Amino acid sequence: MCTTCGCGHGETKIEGHAYAPRHSHAPGMAPSRMLKIEQDILSKNDAYARENRAFLAGRRVFALNLVSSPGSGKTTLLCKTIEMLKGKSTVAVIEGDQQTSNDAERIRATGAPAIQINTGKGCHLDAHMVGHAMHQLDLPEHSVLMIENVGNLVCPAAFDLGEAHKVVILSVTEGEDKPLKYPDMFRAADLMLLGKCDLLPYLAYDVDRAVESARRVNPDIQVIRFSATTGEGMADWLAWLEQRR
Amino acid sequence: MHEMSLAEGILQLIEDATRDEDVGRVSVVFLEVGRLASVEIESLRFCFDAVVRDSIAEGARLEISEVPGTGWCMDCSQSVPMSDKLGGCPRCGGYKVQVTGGTDMRVKELEIE
Repeated sequence: MCTTCGCGHGETKIEGHAYAPRHSHAPGMAPSRMLKIEQDILSKNDAYARENRAFLAGRRVFALNLVSSPGSGKTTLLCKTIEMLKGKSTVAVIEGDQQTSNDAERIRATGAPAIQINTGKGCHLDAHMVGHAMHQLDLPEHSVLMIENVGNLVCPAAFDLGEAHKVVILSVTEGEDKPLKYPDMFRAADLMLLGKCDLLPYLAYDVDRAVESARRVNPDIQVIRFSATTGEGMADWLAWLEQRR
Repeated sequence: MHEMSLAEGILQLIEDATRDEDVGRVSVVFLEVGRLASVEIESLRFCFDAVVRDSIAEGARLEISEVPGTGWCMDCSQSVPMSDKLGGCPRCGGYKVQVTGGTDMRVKELEIE
């Protein structure tokens, strides 16, 4: 665990390596007094996020923070996106999972650079871990950095990583009311990608209800339907990306 | 959500603030938590007690004051109280409400010995 930011509860690893030990204090004796602090609990994370943002801006790298529940198809979407951008843009990926480097290996198989962060017991990526990972990735100028967060619709909402946008992926095999059940995440995102749409003919899924749920939580959220399998909506997603770079 | 990380964040702020001070121990930690900050207070207390073990704040009491939630209703063009993020506007019942206050979590001050 890092001595300055303290994330990860001692189990965070980047590409299998732990970083930095914890420090301790010795007790003493003195009369009681008050010490003013007045700081936001997330201020440390936010400071690291600002550093990350400045680093990315310096290299003109466009970074997205992809968030969703586990199994929504984030990695498959990334593999397809990398394939479609081949020859046009360099895409680098930071993968966040509690354990294994399976996802980073899947990304590397496409030829894109990827780095795996294992959060151990941690339920989200924070700006400090991502900063370390970003510096290890050799990010070329004008590239795209995709940060695939830990599959979790709750905690990653609160942690700014220095990204330009949070993109939430919802698959049609999940409930239409997920945005209402996990409002923080859908409120934090600028774009909702509704995935696995090739399965719609086999499901009793109400797309309009899902979009309505998301808009109720976040009136400004944009929605793109896609399927990484059939390629439906992928052009719209790439156009969204291109417009914002 | 993520109360363990928040508890660690609180401990870091405490350790940073007391590093250059002559402090034996921290006895009380005063927090301000917004009603819309998505924090389970009971869970935060539990995590805090666990996280501060073997630190300068071991055994410290958490004093938490809650800050009410507020929002800006775009249809009413005015500031409205909000009890939860999904509740909508208490005046018009619409959902075009932007949260403007009550989402922060702050460490206000410490009582130290």
